[in-house]
Amino acid sequence: MYVAVKGGEAAIDNAHRLLADRRRGDRDVPALGLDQIVEQLALAVDRVMAEGSLYDRELAALAIRQARGDMIEAIFLVRAYRTTLPRFGYARPADTGAMLIERRVSATYKDLPGGQLLGPTFDYTHRLLDPQLAGDAPVAAPATREADTRAMPRVSEILTREGLIEGDGALPDDREPGDITREAPEFPMERDLRLQSLARGDEGFLLALAYSTQRGYARSHPFVGEIRIGELDIELDVPELPFPVPLGRIRVTECQMVNQFQGSAKAPPQFTRGYGLVFGQSERKAMAMALCDRALRAGEFGEDVTAPAQDEEFVIAHADNVQATGFVEHLKLPHYVDFQAELDLVRRMRAEAEAHTATPVKVAGKAAE
Amino acid sequence: MAVIARADGDALRRLWAEAGFEELAELVRGPETGLVMLRGRMGGGGAAFNLGEATVTRATVRLATGEVGHAYALGRDRDKVRIAATVDALWQRPQSRDRVEDRIVAPLRAAGAAADDERRRETAATKVDFFTMVRGED
Repeated sequence: MYVAVKGGEAAIDNAHRLLADRRRGDRDVPALGLDQIVEQLALAVDRVMAEGSLYDRELAALAIRQARGDMIEAIFLVRAYRTTLPRFGYARPADTGAMLIERRVSATYKDLPGGQLLGPTFDYTHRLLDPQLAGDAPVAAPATREADTRAMPRVSEILTREGLIEGDGALPDDREPGDITREAPEFPMERDLRLQSLARGDEGFLLALAYSTQRGYARSHPFVGEIRIGELDIELDVPELPFPVPLGRIRVTECQMVNQFQGSAKAPPQFTRGYGLVFGQSERKAMAMALCDRALRAGEFGEDVTAPAQDEEFVIAHADNVQATGFVEHLKLPHYVDFQAELDLVRRMRAEAEAHTATPVKVAGKAAE
Repeated sequence: MAVIARADGDALRRLWAEAGFEELAELVRGPETGLVMLRGRMGGGGAAFNLGEATVTRATVRLATGEVGHAYALGRDRDKVRIAATVDALWQRPQSRDRVEDRIVAPLRAAGAAADDERRRETAATKVDFFTMVRGED
């Protein structure tokens, strides 16, 4: 017999009312505006857009505010929102070579066309807390200098000219890029689906896996060929117009990782590559993605799969923090019936064990009852 | 369309109000917000993959004189996209094209170019100039 139990309606209502109160906090402190979050917590907004897999700054800011700054909760809210909207179509692949660049560095070449552009980076800061930022001291306008208007080729193109590095990554021409939001994932997975999963994967999880490859769990010998951050033009083909419609621009971070050689009897040795592309400004995530992308290509290069970062199913099935938090956090929801069944079972097992023993053993737990 | 799609909604609203067009445009579709799946390419230039979605708003309008205007833009600013579709329709009408160009498109194009130029100049100031330190005697 199973008896459904209901209850807690008033408790839930009041809990949510309490949540709203705590979210607002001290009413004497001004409420945060979404524009403040977009402007001043820009990288938090970028992370929610990247892992929420939805490019919309204002929605990400709203999610951060609603989630009281809990990033995974905010990502969850954004993912839930996207399911309420119709899909207009697939944009044309954006050309990162034509990016309006805000930062571009290479760890492999000192002098390269366009140069090393540091942009708004935390690199070379001393990581000392700045008490001045507790206030609202005036901030100097950025320095400016005459810009180089020449094209900035990707570093990979420089190495490609000499044949020293593999190509950009091909799939059969007739393949329509797979879409994890439309088809359930199946393993083994093509690289396009892996890249989509990694692009929205949890930054912390991918960072840890990327770190593991550097520490010897899958050899990768990586160099940052190039990181670039900037804006890309987006275009969409629509039936009502005979040309691709420009939609505006988005900011992304791209990482080209250059890894050690692969060669065979047929092909001379050349560098291999991993690729990272992430919404917003997030080079830690783009780098981690590139390292994981390369590690997951082990099979393609005939490498032994010995480490977690090379295990496609392990990496892809656990990279999504919305799925992960859903399954982990569901454990706190009522499991009264399941637990009752387990209690019965363990009692029965103990009774049987005692019956089999000639002289019943006094068990510590039993004595305490 | 590129100029208007990337324009700030408030800037477009201001120019639209100042231009003082009196033609009425009937909404044929939208404004409505949906999603577009954005794509990148492996290694930058290789096979395409799906990167993630973006919100996009679209609208279609028809002028009393019959011209149909379309607009699409990233984001959820329906008012901006409705104006953009009307601007697109007016641009197709020979009598209003010059005024649309002068009063709306040209100022937005100039503002966009100036913003890009400023961004490039700010970035250029962070360019590393390497120099060689001479150590020891000759």
